[in-house]
Amino acid sequence: MKVLPVILRPAPAPWRAPVLDRRHGLFLALGLVLAVGAAEAQGAAAAHPSVLATLWRWTPLLMEGFVFNIAISLLAMAIGTVMGVLLGLGQVAPSAALRRVAWFLTQFFRNAPWLVLLFFAMFLLPFEVRVGGVTIPLPGWLKATIGFSLPVMANTAEIVRGAIQSIPFGQWEAAESLAFSRRRTLWMIILPQCVKRMLPPWMNLYSLVTMATVLASVVGVTEMLTLVSEVHAAEGGRAELLAPLYGYALICFFLYCYPIGRLTVHLERRFQVRI
Amino acid sequence: MEGFYDWFRWLYDATGINLTIIYDAFDRKRMISGFWMTVRLCLICIALSVAIGVVGAWLQGSRLKWTRRGVQTFIALFRDTPPLVQIYFFYFGLGALLPRVENAYGIPEPVLTNVQWAVLSLSLFAGAFNVEIFRSGIEAVPKATVEAAEALGYSRLRAYIHVVLPLAFRICLPALNNNIVNLVKTTTLAYAIAVPEMLYVAKQIWSDATNVPEMMVFLLLAYVFLVGWVVWVMGRIERALKVPGIGL
Repeated sequence: MKVLPVILRPAPAPWRAPVLDRRHGLFLALGLVLAVGAAEAQGAAAAHPSVLATLWRWTPLLMEGFVFNIAISLLAMAIGTVMGVLLGLGQVAPSAALRRVAWFLTQFFRNAPWLVLLFFAMFLLPFEVRVGGVTIPLPGWLKATIGFSLPVMANTAEIVRGAIQSIPFGQWEAAESLAFSRRRTLWMIILPQCVKRMLPPWMNLYSLVTMATVLASVVGVTEMLTLVSEVHAAEGGRAELLAPLYGYALICFFLYCYPIGRLTVHLERRFQVRI
Repeated sequence: MEGFYDWFRWLYDATGINLTIIYDAFDRKRMISGFWMTVRLCLICIALSVAIGVVGAWLQGSRLKWTRRGVQTFIALFRDTPPLVQIYFFYFGLGALLPRVENAYGIPEPVLTNVQWAVLSLSLFAGAFNVEIFRSGIEAVPKATVEAAEALGYSRLRAYIHVVLPLAFRICLPALNNNIVNLVKTTTLAYAIAVPEMLYVAKQIWSDATNVPEMMVFLLLAYVFLVGWVVWVMGRIERALKVPGIGL
């Protein structure tokens, strides 16, 4: 298959459910056992409850935090995608001025660090907005969500632009010769083909957003990482508990993001562009 | 120079734009040291992560099953977990488990400082991505090239260093570029463990002078400048390494 890549295309690998291999489980368990064991060894002398029991006891609270993280990521992804598609379409607009503005916005928000954008949103957005006579409060988590949706917007815009430009230009011309208007060409011919190409990088982006949501703890939004440090304080602030607790958070995110990553790789292979 | 500073004082009085980092000697010094800390962090992490990528990609092509699996697990673990939690895990978690050493004054202090932990965890994070990038580059090197090197009596290691890697490096430069830009942006996370880099210094300054919008805009511009500089340097490297007939 390496010798004749042009003639023989390897069939796409059959879809395997994105489960963790046994070896990943093994390594994870090993890591946890090591961290727990080290903590256990130090805690045994002082007759503390076992580390695993502690983790188990706080699991409902920590899971609540984790679900909140997921909720933030989903909301940020939804807002960012809608704005990003508009911005991406703006980058291929017929108007040169619109193109330039869209390009600038995309580059600006793509090249700024996520954490800086988060600070930006937290400090510069008002804590409430007045629309007409109605006051809408903007709590911290909502501002953080908006902060996350800014880089999502810029990255989605790049994905959309790239996908649209990867469609051969002949299709635009063919549609034009069939008397499709520009808008109908875009909606009925170009974008449906783009969806397939946009899906893998878009999912990649989602897993990046999910992993970025923990940054909200830095600017004072209560989410999983904040809860982790609160749990640590509630357990008496024992230093040897920190590694298991943060390891626990790592594992939660790993279990959520790893299948997404595997699915992305699989889709990438399946949707590979054939020219 | 005093006239220049005075102009910014005048700007503050006239428009309310308070750029203490220019006219105030103390803030200026802080910001410059923060900037250099960010640059240092970037350069060290880039070097280490590229090294991790090169070594990891070599190990991934190993004949030993367990070596390959180990590398694979390393990549999966570091790619699919939040870098901030990684930093916390290393700094707070592992840092607490490590023994303390006594310094020259007899005061116990941690083995690794927060800067060293930040460098370590950021390098591992970016390195995990680099392994994948280098591996895809190595896979793109024609097999016949490796076979030709073998026929000339190269060992696996020497063929890797002298034949495969130089070609693979050129092929994967664009992807590497992307990852390095990402790394530059990720160095802001070191803020969370009080590494005095640009974001941390900016936060200190806006706490003192309450000039949040100005510092925010300055930070964004500074990072755009840094990222632009990195892209420019990488573009130069790409052009300097170009071999006619190789690559895209």
